[in-house]
Amino acid sequence: MAERTFKPETLAIHAGQIPDSSTGARALPIYQTTSFVFDSAEHAANLFNLATFGNVYSRLSNPTVAALEERVAALEGGRAAVASASGMAAEAMALMTMLQSGDHVIAAGALYGGTVTMLAVNLRKFGIETTFVDATKPDAFAAAMRPNTRAVFAESLGNPSLVVLDIAAVAEVAHAHGVPLVIDNTVPSPFLCNPIRLGADVVVHSATKYLGGHGTTLAGLVVESGKFPWDNGKFPGMTDPSPGYHGVKFYETFGDFGFTMRCRMETLRVYGAALAPTSAWQILQGVETLPLRMERHCSNALAVARHLKAHKAVSWVNYPGLEDSPQHALMKRQMQGASGLLAFGVMGGLERGIRFIESAQFMSHLVNIGDTRTLISHPASTTHRQLDEAQQRAAGVLPDMIRISVGLEHIDDILWDIDQALDKASA
Amino acid sequence: MAVCGYSGPSGFPTFDTDMSDDISTLRRILGSARTIAVVGLSAEWHRPSHFAAQYMQAKGYRVIPVNPRYESILGMRCVARLEDIDQPVDIVDVFRRTDDVGPIADSAIAIKARCLWQQIGVKNLEADAKARAAGMDSVMDRCVKIEHARLFGGLHWVGVNTRLVSAKRPQVSPGTTVVA
Repeated sequence: MAERTFKPETLAIHAGQIPDSSTGARALPIYQTTSFVFDSAEHAANLFNLATFGNVYSRLSNPTVAALEERVAALEGGRAAVASASGMAAEAMALMTMLQSGDHVIAAGALYGGTVTMLAVNLRKFGIETTFVDATKPDAFAAAMRPNTRAVFAESLGNPSLVVLDIAAVAEVAHAHGVPLVIDNTVPSPFLCNPIRLGADVVVHSATKYLGGHGTTLAGLVVESGKFPWDNGKFPGMTDPSPGYHGVKFYETFGDFGFTMRCRMETLRVYGAALAPTSAWQILQGVETLPLRMERHCSNALAVARHLKAHKAVSWVNYPGLEDSPQHALMKRQMQGASGLLAFGVMGGLERGIRFIESAQFMSHLVNIGDTRTLISHPASTTHRQLDEAQQRAAGVLPDMIRISVGLEHIDDILWDIDQALDKASA
Repeated sequence: MAVCGYSGPSGFPTFDTDMSDDISTLRRILGSARTIAVVGLSAEWHRPSHFAAQYMQAKGYRVIPVNPRYESILGMRCVARLEDIDQPVDIVDVFRRTDDVGPIADSAIAIKARCLWQQIGVKNLEADAKARAAGMDSVMDRCVKIEHARLFGGLHWVGVNTRLVSAKRPQVSPGTTVVA
């Protein structure tokens, strides 16, 4: 008899955490400790050489952080996860574990600006080259393949481009060439989209956004599917003896969670972007209500998108949740909703856009998404400012584009604030 | 809110047998076992077989090394063959190549072991079928250490999706001495 498969609403509350063994505490304790005692010298030695599982030092693992890791792994349908101090740290950790100098990456062009910089500047400095391709064309990924390609990177739902990736098609291309597909699933969150079920091998998250959901805490996560054949000859780091661990071969020893083990033991351990226990706890408070919040984010965003489409001061609206969006059908095939993120252009261009943003009463002008509060920003002058205009356009950023992360305020109030700000902008 | 075919987490690879994925069966096998014969156990500490055997020994299982190349491993005298073991064996834990599992399964059946357990990467379907036809439990492509840790609380520390949803405190594994 097979064990019951629990629904996301249940996993969001329970996965990764059972009552505390020593106190019986029902809610997750915050193990705000740097270190953990050893029971004996042998116990210590066994922990250090990975012969047994347990906690040693919170840079490597911590029980509060482990609860978040397991919860997100469960919600994504993955095998294991490892947490980090931020979403960018999660991306860096995943890529630095998977890649070495001389490797090549194929990435969607329409990516978060920080990711573009990591690929085009930071990793390039260490001899990793990236080709950016049109995310809407799976063939473009295939055409860019080289003998030394070792990863394909894309976002499930682009920020702020809102490009919906055909995950299954791109996964097929990646797997045909023996490389893993890494998907940044921050914008949909695991409730709206599970890239692993569509063929992705590694998923990264900025838990700072919808997972935490309240704009309080930075965090990131790397999740692995457990299904990628790391022993296909292209990833010696997974199959050769690890110089840092007395010759342990990660894939052979840990099997289908070998990648996250290596992420933790070789990358997180050394580069140190560990997530604080208090931060993990804060994110988990948000994760408990992720399904409820995402449903409201989606219904509010759809109402806003429809309202903006009919508004005479708005020149265009981009939201995959709109029925007439060219990406609507693909979104529905892969996702349970289009998230709270949408973009529009204010008639009159850049200046009117800035006036709109500055006239909002409770919609906040800041760089973040996935908060309970409605957030507005102008990517061309903020998050994507480091890119030149050609790169901006490739990333899906236009000069007049306003990005809204629609929050959980009452829809009447959100529409009121939008209307009054548009009125002031057009005056 | 439209629901587009959500079917719950999968997480683990699946093949012909469902015993290797069935949590209550794995719990029963590991929970009731006392003696594990480890076929192909290496004396080198960083080898996966040594990791697994050492872990299980620390958890209170009696580990019997089956490997003609060594005199003793982990403080236990090695035997050359399963037939040389003079006590009942619960689990025959196989760290050998898939192609070599056939005769090991035959021996496991002959000594009336209760479970044939093939480790990660070891997937001999014929041996699996033979063992089950003889009334044994049979598990493939799983590690005893990882499954024990997953089901009895050890893996809870490294972010692995253990698939446990429960309001009970963790159980102490059989034979474990709790240090006060």
